[in-house]
Amino acid sequence: MQFEPREEVSTWAAAVAPVFAVVLAVALCSILILWTGEPVLEAYGLLLKGAFGSKFAISETLTRATPLMLTGLAAAVAFRAKFWNIGAEGQLYCGALAVTWLGTGVVDLPAFLMIPLLCLAGAAAGGAALLVPVILKNRLKVDEVVTTLLLNFVILLFVSYLLEGPWKDPMSLGWPQGAPIVEDGVLPKLVAKTRLHAGLILALAAAVAVWFVMNFTVWGYEIRAVGLNATAAAFAGISIDKTVIRTALLSGGLAGLAGVTEVTGLKGYLTLDLSPGFGYAGIAVAMLAQLHPLGVILSALFLSAIFVGADSMSRAVEIPTYIADVLVATSLLSVLLSVMLVRYRVRRG
Amino acid sequence: MALLDLVGITKRFGSLLANDKISLSLEEGEVLALLGENGAGKTTLMNILFGHYVADEGEILVRGAPLKPGTPEAAIEAGIGMVHQHFTLADNLTVLENVILGRESLRSLRQDKARGRARIAELAADFGIAVDPDARVGSLSVGERQRVEILKALYGDAQVLILDEPTAVLTPQETDALFDSLRRMVAQGRSAVIISHKLHEILRVSDRVAVLRRGAIVGTVKTADANRDSLAEMMVGRSVVRPKAEPLEAGGDLLTLDKVSLQDGKGGVLLDDVSLALRSREILGIAGVAGNGQGALADVVSGQARPGCGQVALFGRTVDRELTPRGMVAAGVGRIPEDRHAKGVVGAMTLWENLASESLREAPISRWGFLLDKGAARRRAAELIADYDVRCKGPDAETHLLSGGNMQKLILARALSRDPKIILANQPVRGLDEGAIAYVHEQLLAARRRGAGILLITEDLDELLALADRVAVIYRGRLSPTYAVKEVTVPALGLMMAGQEAAEAQSHAV
Repeated sequence: MQFEPREEVSTWAAAVAPVFAVVLAVALCSILILWTGEPVLEAYGLLLKGAFGSKFAISETLTRATPLMLTGLAAAVAFRAKFWNIGAEGQLYCGALAVTWLGTGVVDLPAFLMIPLLCLAGAAAGGAALLVPVILKNRLKVDEVVTTLLLNFVILLFVSYLLEGPWKDPMSLGWPQGAPIVEDGVLPKLVAKTRLHAGLILALAAAVAVWFVMNFTVWGYEIRAVGLNATAAAFAGISIDKTVIRTALLSGGLAGLAGVTEVTGLKGYLTLDLSPGFGYAGIAVAMLAQLHPLGVILSALFLSAIFVGADSMSRAVEIPTYIADVLVATSLLSVLLSVMLVRYRVRRG
Repeated sequence: MALLDLVGITKRFGSLLANDKISLSLEEGEVLALLGENGAGKTTLMNILFGHYVADEGEILVRGAPLKPGTPEAAIEAGIGMVHQHFTLADNLTVLENVILGRESLRSLRQDKARGRARIAELAADFGIAVDPDARVGSLSVGERQRVEILKALYGDAQVLILDEPTAVLTPQETDALFDSLRRMVAQGRSAVIISHKLHEILRVSDRVAVLRRGAIVGTVKTADANRDSLAEMMVGRSVVRPKAEPLEAGGDLLTLDKVSLQDGKGGVLLDDVSLALRSREILGIAGVAGNGQGALADVVSGQARPGCGQVALFGRTVDRELTPRGMVAAGVGRIPEDRHAKGVVGAMTLWENLASESLREAPISRWGFLLDKGAARRRAAELIADYDVRCKGPDAETHLLSGGNMQKLILARALSRDPKIILANQPVRGLDEGAIAYVHEQLLAARRRGAGILLITEDLDELLALADRVAVIYRGRLSPTYAVKEVTVPALGLMMAGQEAAEAQSHAV
């Protein structure tokens, strides 16, 4: 079997490919559901209902999608430059640390100043978390996959130390959690009596902003050029080092923002289980979206719906929530497969 | 009976017909030349013969018996040996070890080595292929490595030797030695197929010439009945004239390098005390065998490498801060890199994006050096595409879809549209067809007429002698003195390319 690149990739095929991929993933997971002995259609029906079946369900799906959009953007931006940032999880916690430090009494400004300040601080902290990996990469060619991945554990242990020690809220009845964010620093709710908060608006705005930067600015051009052919980019006069630093700051900043929205929008304080792996899931979000910033919105919604829906489904039928992870994983694989089929023609012999 | 018969070989890559019903036979004791432009299908055909590819149609017969397709082992078994354009040797092994690699019996390495050594000595004596069997391949020159490749093929008792562009990396003297060895082989009843696009070499070494154009054989002629012009016309399909430089009075110094040295990260010397002066209205040619520091010299002039010591001056002013790619472009240096795909363009980006890549932070491409003005960039790209005759679907086509010649026109358009006074042309016609070569040369000569100075780095002596006003030879990072092109001869250049001192080379060659 041989693969030959197609000379013309039809836009129609490119648009249908992700849909095909999702259908394939759902079909594959049906086999697992059949195995458990539960009715397949009912299970998927419950999943859909759990994700979109009520105002509350929709609000939960959107709430869960918010950090996924931001970490998905973080991965999408970095991967465009072939900077393999696997550390969004740690950068998210850095953002959360920054807002906890600033937002629990150190400064108290009116909300219209306080919220932007916390966002900036969180983004800066997320970006700063990537400085060491980026300098090591530029100066010593240390592989950023290793440094960013391992930094996740360093940062998480540091958060654990703070929450068990100096930053532990004395009012928390012994739970390892930080002091609550001051009222002026809390993101407003979008819909009353739900957990949906203004972080969603922030994430959507971030997606549009990233799309604009990538497509309509010199920086975006440089990020794409460095990712596609660094040698040619350098020859044309684009500084690889500067571009990689900019990419890293942007990527880390977006992941840091995810920490900001979770602390100031959802929980109100820092905990050790702030993120159930949003940083890692962001990689799947970005890959599903084929690194397109606006596609990240859709793929974050998709992942979030699966997670939220599977939670609800597993309460009704005897199917473990792990099915959500399997669905996401098979979707990712089938997207990669369908993208390959769109770009290449398969030939025998 | 013919030694080798190719019958109706057809090979498609997607919509490209690389080989179209090619039938060809090779007799015992002859050198057959396969002549054709880049992309005519020569290498594809030989890769099918050697088992790297499987033909869609057709078959190969060795002494009348069909050859199993798709396995190099079967080809080697049948007595076919191939010397690739890119060598397939292990650098950290000795010549002897490389030659017997894969053919030792695994029973007694010492015995194998002793036998191998004897056989190599025998082959070397028979065919005049002198290499030290105990030298490490990594320490050999390109020409010596090629001899090891040939030894390897002969060691496997190859009756048919296929040589893919064997002279591309050789000095004229090394080429002579290679051809001498080939003649000795065919005198003993072996045969050879030599793939080339260099007409004068084919006329010298071959008995028969098969000419390929666009995947099909357009004719087979006895070399004795052919001449340069007739072969060129068969190859291209029409008569071609390469432009020649008209005499011009050179002006003042534009670019000077004064005792420039450059080292790689590991302490190896890339450039050693190089001085040169490029003047207005002249083409300064730099000759040399590949890998002797041309790349490093080009890196300094294009702003990609900062010299370790020595000075670079532009228009009489010593520069330092400008020694970056963007700085050199801004200072008026137009640059044509040696490798279009790897260095010249970002293949997955569009034509307009690639045309804008050297002017990103300037109006009208961007506003305030930040916001891209895509409309302006596209309009400018459309103008350049028309001016430089880039055949494409438009500014929004992806660049990797362009043919080699059109991609080179794109790079020329990007560099020359800035009206540079200094032009660095590193291997500007490598891999191009005759039409594109003529176009590139015409553009360089036009820039020379406008008053630009052109530093032409090339391995092709024909190109050098046709265009350059003055020449210098680079060998192991050292640059020879510069000579007016009328003062030098091809043999003298060849000796200098092999490392002889200039004065000595001149006197030997005369």
